[in-house]
Amino acid sequence: MSERYLLRSTAIAARVMGGEMIIMSAKDSTLFTLNGVAMLIWQAADGRTALSEIVKNKVCAEFDVDGDTAYRDAVEFTEALAQHGILQISDGPIPEPPAPPRAAP
Amino acid sequence: MSLMEEINGRALELGVPLSVHLDLTYRCNERCEHCYLEHDDKGEMTAGEIKNLLDQLAEAGVFFLTLSGGEPLLRRDCFEIIEYARALLFNVKLKTNALLIREAEAQRLKVLGVEQVQISVYSHRPEVHDAITKIPGSLNRTLAAIRFLRAQGLKVTIANVLMRKNLQDGERVRGLAQDLGVSYTLDPTITPMMNGNTSVLRLRIATADLQQVFRNSNLVGDVDEFCAPPGSVDEGMMEGLPCSAGHTACYISPYGDVYPCVQFPLPSGNVRREKFLEIWENSPQLSEVRSIRGKDLPTCSSCAHLGTCTRCPGLAYMEGNMRGPSSADCEKSFARTGIPTANMRAGGRFSAGLGLVQIQLA
Repeated sequence: MSERYLLRSTAIAARVMGGEMIIMSAKDSTLFTLNGVAMLIWQAADGRTALSEIVKNKVCAEFDVDGDTAYRDAVEFTEALAQHGILQISDGPIPEPPAPPRAAP
Repeated sequence: MSLMEEINGRALELGVPLSVHLDLTYRCNERCEHCYLEHDDKGEMTAGEIKNLLDQLAEAGVFFLTLSGGEPLLRRDCFEIIEYARALLFNVKLKTNALLIREAEAQRLKVLGVEQVQISVYSHRPEVHDAITKIPGSLNRTLAAIRFLRAQGLKVTIANVLMRKNLQDGERVRGLAQDLGVSYTLDPTITPMMNGNTSVLRLRIATADLQQVFRNSNLVGDVDEFCAPPGSVDEGMMEGLPCSAGHTACYISPYGDVYPCVQFPLPSGNVRREKFLEIWENSPQLSEVRSIRGKDLPTCSSCAHLGTCTRCPGLAYMEGNMRGPSSADCEKSFARTGIPTANMRAGGRFSAGLGLVQIQLA
């Protein structure tokens, strides 16, 4: 099984409300809400930490869930988010993109 | 129920200000004859004050942030403010006349991830649009800007305010929007100035013309649905809220004044003197607005249109009573359905020409 690395997109809008996260994709304006587990994965998607580590160290540490099941669910969920440009997925670490250029004078 | 409705319901339940409209300036490089603002700068918030405010809004849970004016791009720090807002992951909508947008600015807005740009276009004819904005060449510059924005893949909405001068041009502006690949919003609305001056209301279209507009499927979509008579008033309508103003949304002026809505000039606090969340949670004015239900409206609670009327509490407030009717919305309900409102039957005001209804077509 190859590893998966995830990087949060900055081309989104997001806010936590009542323990859930609202996210809107800038790519297609799709609106999502992420529950606690999904939010944990999204927040940990730094491009450097493998999904398996996120599931083991974050999800399974905080929620009473079987590791294999959690990983399968996480793969499915992250692929759906990637389709809407909310996450980037790669089989290797993903460098963060450079900061956007400053405003024109 | 759509996800957006669910999110709105959750925000209402939690008391979260989901949407904030922030005017960055009242200065403008157009002089539209129907504008409700005074354009002098009376002490705008600095970029630092605005960034501090944005931090507070993010903390308060604001998701949708509309940046407008005046013309927001007249501020040299406008892009700096947008960049800061986007770094805080707001969903940013920009309302502009686009006169200052060229290829570089359009590219910058795209890079910053602005969700949508709304631009006022009054007519497809330069002589009409430019006569309203009082800036020669403004239509051509605005249309060029829309093309730059579309070339970047940005979502653009043309807002078409209808008044006497451009009444005949609505369909052609909608056609223009289709040709440009952008959305179109019709707004048959002229509102009093924020200082209470009602002289601009002379520009509003006549009721008979409004009836024609509401029966034009090219402008309103499904006429039968749009002009359907109201159903019976039920308990849900009596317990219902007038609108989101003060409940999940509010407006902040360039001077830091907080109001329930941009069209509801009830001063509710100032972010230069208090934290935003203190105002949002503790303002007596916002509390009063929040306390009002359909059953509390002395005239409208007995009106057949209660459940379908676009009654704007802000316009009612400008007429003298936030619990009273908004006569412009009475007029719209009548123009849509042909059924007089309770306010009309009671001989109430029916000529102010106010109104808020917006018709959004994809």
